[in-house]
Amino acid sequence: MSTCKTTSPLAASAELPKSPEGDPVFAEPWQASAFAMTVRLHEKGVFSWNEWAEALSAELYKPGRKADASDYFDCWVAALSRLVAELSITSSGQLETLTQSWQRAAEATPHGQPIVIENDPLR
Amino acid sequence: MSEHHHGHDHHDHDHHHDNHFTDMEARVKALETVLTEKGLIDPAAIDAIVETYETKIGPRNGARVVAKAWTDAEFADWLKRDATAAIASLGYTGRQGEHMCAVFNTADTHNLVVCTLCSCYPWSVLGLPPVWYKAPPYRSRAVIDPRGVLAEFGLRLAAETRIRVWDSTAELRYLVVPERPAGTDDLDEEELADLVTRDSMIGTGLALSPEASR
Repeated sequence: MSTCKTTSPLAASAELPKSPEGDPVFAEPWQASAFAMTVRLHEKGVFSWNEWAEALSAELYKPGRKADASDYFDCWVAALSRLVAELSITSSGQLETLTQSWQRAAEATPHGQPIVIENDPLR
Repeated sequence: MSEHHHGHDHHDHDHHHDNHFTDMEARVKALETVLTEKGLIDPAAIDAIVETYETKIGPRNGARVVAKAWTDAEFADWLKRDATAAIASLGYTGRQGEHMCAVFNTADTHNLVVCTLCSCYPWSVLGLPPVWYKAPPYRSRAVIDPRGVLAEFGLRLAAETRIRVWDSTAELRYLVVPERPAGTDDLDEEELADLVTRDSMIGTGLALSPEASR
């Protein structure tokens, strides 16, 4: 099992849930994917640390957050989505279309088969 | 416990409601799709990063369940009868309310859990699924040739040991309870939990011996 050595500055993101050893903690796999994609985009210079920190805090300080902070990664994904739209990498409309496509693809995929977007019957 | 066993033959028809993405799962997949198409990320690199950050927290929860079952016969019994409730009593519950089933290794039976979908993995007790667990070859080969797959993990079982393969679904997820290693009579629950690896709870490994864990 790999031991976690945190190298990305994104691990210093505001309020990121951490283990006692200081590693990021994810409750579900999609949270780890969202974190990893953000780390990768930052490594590639798609956005700066400041741009990321601003986008994230804008989401974290929106009213209506859950008291137990269990929606932390929901905010993370919202921040990432907004940032890539602002950078004209995609649009919120395209992300919405793809999100629905993935949902239909999951429903249409029989158990035991990998879920791929091509399984969306409307795609 | 055979009533929980999902035969592999009946997955080929009428099981079209097993898969579902939550809103957040689908949103993250959408981001991944668009970023991959633009050449900004590649899924293998993302998997590698996830693996690096794979938390030790998740498997620790499962390890505590196993260690308690080793030391507390009443709890072990409860875990056998109603794993969902027994595990929840320790404070480990799935966010989607999935049912858990604990399958116990014995001297003559070894249990192995498969599923290609990370949505079928018991995160609440095992943390994040390893990349190989999600890979289609693992599932298909584990069903056809479990002994061969286990050998690749370095686990060679006696020829007479029966191997049962359990197919996790989104509704029912399995936790393997490995056998308690020999020479552990004087260890307490916390020390025993250190011997329980993630792989031993999937069935691709055994619990460590006290010497091996040092």
